[in-house]
Amino acid sequence: MRSDYLSGDTLQSIYFGGGTPSLLTEKELSAIFNQIYKTFSIEEDAEVTLEANPDDLTPEKVQILKNSPVNRLSIGIQSFFEEDLKAWNRAHTAAEAIACIQRVQDAGFENLTADLIYGATTTPDEHWVENIQRLIDFKIPHLSCYALTVEERTALGHFVRKGRVEAPKDEHAARQFEILMKMMAEHGYDHYEISNFAKSGYYAVHNSSYWKGSHYLGIGPGAHSFNGDSRSWNIANNPKYIKAIRQGKQSGIQLYETEYLTLEQKYNEYILTGLRTIWGCSLEHIRSIKPEFEAHFIQKVQPFVEKNWMQEQAKTFTLTQKGKLLADYISAELFLL
Amino acid sequence: MPSMEKIRNFCVIAHIDHGKSTLSDRLLEFTKTIADRDMQDQALDSMDLERERGITIKSHAIQMYYNHNDGEKYTFNLIDTPGHVDFSYEVSRSIAACEGALLLVDASQGIQAQTISNLYLAIEHDLEIIPILNKVDMPSAMIDEVTEQIVDLLGCEEEDVIHASGKTGLGVEEILAAIVDRIPAPTGDPKAPLQALIFDSVFNSFRGAIAYFRIMNGQIRKGDLVRFVNTGKEYKADEIGVLQMDQIPQKMLGTGDVGYIITGIKESKEIKVGDTITHVDNPCEEAIHGFEEVKPMVFAGIFPVDNDDFEDLRDSLEKLQLNDASLVFEPETSVALGFGFRCGFLGMLHLDIIQERLTREFDQNVITTIPNVSYFAYTKKGEKITIHTPTDMPDPTLLDRVEEPIISAQIITKPEYIGNIMTLCMEKRGTLKSQHYLTQYRVELTFDIPLAEIVFDFYDRLKSVTRGYASFDYHPDSYKPADLVKLDIKLNGEPVDALSALVHRTKAEAFGRKICKRLKELLPRQQFVIAIQAAIGAKIIARETISALRKDVTAKCYGGDITRKRKLLEKQKKGKKKMRQVGNVSIPQKAFLDVLKLN
Ligand SMILES: Nc1nc2c(ncn2[C@@H]2O[C@H](COP(=O)(O)OP(=O)(O)O)[C@@H](O)[C@H]2O)c(=O)[nH]1
Ligand SMILES: [Mg+2]
Repeated sequence: MRSDYLSGDTLQSIYFGGGTPSLLTEKELSAIFNQIYKTFSIEEDAEVTLEANPDDLTPEKVQILKNSPVNRLSIGIQSFFEEDLKAWNRAHTAAEAIACIQRVQDAGFENLTADLIYGATTTPDEHWVENIQRLIDFKIPHLSCYALTVEERTALGHFVRKGRVEAPKDEHAARQFEILMKMMAEHGYDHYEISNFAKSGYYAVHNSSYWKGSHYLGIGPGAHSFNGDSRSWNIANNPKYIKAIRQGKQSGIQLYETEYLTLEQKYNEYILTGLRTIWGCSLEHIRSIKPEFEAHFIQKVQPFVEKNWMQEQAKTFTLTQKGKLLADYISAELFLL
Repeated sequence: MPSMEKIRNFCVIAHIDHGKSTLSDRLLEFTKTIADRDMQDQALDSMDLERERGITIKSHAIQMYYNHNDGEKYTFNLIDTPGHVDFSYEVSRSIAACEGALLLVDASQGIQAQTISNLYLAIEHDLEIIPILNKVDMPSAMIDEVTEQIVDLLGCEEEDVIHASGKTGLGVEEILAAIVDRIPAPTGDPKAPLQALIFDSVFNSFRGAIAYFRIMNGQIRKGDLVRFVNTGKEYKADEIGVLQMDQIPQKMLGTGDVGYIITGIKESKEIKVGDTITHVDNPCEEAIHGFEEVKPMVFAGIFPVDNDDFEDLRDSLEKLQLNDASLVFEPETSVALGFGFRCGFLGMLHLDIIQERLTREFDQNVITTIPNVSYFAYTKKGEKITIHTPTDMPDPTLLDRVEEPIISAQIITKPEYIGNIMTLCMEKRGTLKSQHYLTQYRVELTFDIPLAEIVFDFYDRLKSVTRGYASFDYHPDSYKPADLVKLDIKLNGEPVDALSALVHRTKAEAFGRKICKRLKELLPRQQFVIAIQAAIGAKIIARETISALRKDVTAKCYGGDITRKRKLLEKQKKGKKKMRQVGNVSIPQKAFLDVLKLN
């Protein structure tokens, strides 16, 4: 239906994420791949990632995946401590997390990424260090680490509001982020995006495309797409999405909404994503959006360079370790309204 | 024109909610002044706000005819009095225009502070008092007990107390008859030079300012040249008339009459309540005494939340002032809040009302700064300076002394709360003047208290220490020396001028602490440490610290997160642009609004 969206480009990555794609059966999985390979031209060594929770990765499931084009697994480990896993309502135990990593590695999956969460009141610094160390010891080449956030409409948000759970302190999260950066650097991981660390050669191809402004097509309810000038997002409601796909225009349902970005918005998104990465924001790229934006950027960036929150190399600006803690604030200050 | 013997001028004295408006409406109904179908509850309170709050802010007057059982037709003028402490001078002028007063007491509530303070005013002016036990229909009516209170208070007989209900109409006829039988007709000399008391004024956008008056001596004709004695201004009486549901023009009004005069005055400021109207030719020998220039007692800065609305705010204040001459204002500039106005009010309720009318009627979004009373500062050189704002205060080295306004406050309560009230009043720097048992169960306490202490959380505290069983009234008494200091609030060393306050030295520390603590709760954390300090001159008396925001970064930023996050940050940035800037600290308007809501 939207096969022309990426205007015939060769795909460099495929990503199965959101929810629990590991629930797919062998048949479903192969049907999807057949369709994808029929519709798009795919790079020979394209990165094909699938997200999975430790408790889904049974020996049978691992075998099925091994026999599919999936060549990278993203495992939602979160923590190796029961206190954390219970507090966050995770289905798996610490033991399952460990067993699952061993299992997929034994099956021959070597290109792995794991998620960890830090900054929670249930996670003392010693536990945090241990969590990171375990993944290092397993030689997992890619890590995504997220600070626990208290979102309004989540159980945690509710408990915090009611005073049943202590709100995480930002000092705590900041300190653990610093521990993380230090350990990753010591063990040869690049901090290539605020929340992502990888050995060289293991940067996530797929996710990097988001940050580098590459084009992508999202399939499924709520999925986002980007083609350089506009962003669009599919309706999030599952039954409606299915109806729209099955019946096409006759359904009267609009499959996706589109928003065209103004030059200012393009600039703002470039700042927001660029600053988060190792590639930074280059004056050249800013000029290419609109020449006048360069002067604004240079003027606004100055105080941050002086504070040592940002650094410049070859006309490209990146955040320092200190700056990374305040990425949102700095981005907003550089924004154009 | 009725002959003088057939006129009765009276007012109704009552504590708030004792049923003054309801009963007044019954009188109007019974005398057919107002047709049943036009009857809107509480016809005398014409402002919406008043109706909602159940208080009569501006007094009005209305005329009715009553056919007495002696076969004669009488003309009644009911002069409504403002129902709140802040307007005690206006009450006294309304009372001065009458020969009698209906003293209304709620049978379930008994005598309250306002009943007494207004009663004293009426007695001072020699008014004939008709006591009325109101709301006797209520199941909770304490008929015997409250009757006893009234008898004790007035020294009258039990039979003099009329039982009434504004709700059922009980007693209305008896009241009307008593007005004729007990209240004396006006006295005065119809042949003497004109002498009329202005007891109120209203503003009409078509006709200008209209004065309400009561003729004490002489008579006035349409077209006469008149002089307002205290302002010295002269006018032509373009129109005179009596006040019924509408204004009814007349050719002539005589001694004892109550009426209105229109002279083409554009601003209500020119009409001063308490002033005397006389003729330019053949003027009266002296003005009616008791005239006072009404002076605002409480001052506060009012600033538009959005600085672009400054001119709109000026416009709105000017319109309010047309109606309400006791409101004064002048432009004021604040580093923190931009351009606004320093406004003067009669008291805290008046301030509340103006603030609310600005919001409701004029759609203005305003920030009101910490109110202060009006002080006199005497310099060592002997100059006397009136202080309306903390920045007016001379440097301490030049200052000889400061004097603050003292009020005489009446509190009526149950004996069991005396202890709590004494403690509160001491804390508020008050001194007990007298303690008087009205009955075994009700006691009247009279205090002298600095007005400044009433401005901050007095009403709420009084309510809470007496579980609501206290009524309060006050009138200005005198000025006395006060040990006053200017308290500054600083953010990272920069004073926030809008938060400066004049406070008594003994209160400065507690007050400073409270503001610092509130600010700590209200200010968002920023990317640097914020020191909040309260200072007297160079001396820091309280401080709080807001730690720097250590981490401000979104964890996940993939696909759809990018647009969402961009929009969120753009929105926050827009919001921040609207914040007030003091030094490097951004203050949300809401923080100002909330920190200033100290009560
Ligand atoms: N039961 C009863 N309620 C009354 C009576 N008179 C007034 N009220 C109620 O008491 C409240 C205050 O009355 P209002 O006339 O506004 O009092 P004001 O503040 O003295 O003008 C209102 O809710 C009236 O409905 C009465 O005689 N009996
Ligand atoms: Mg009323």
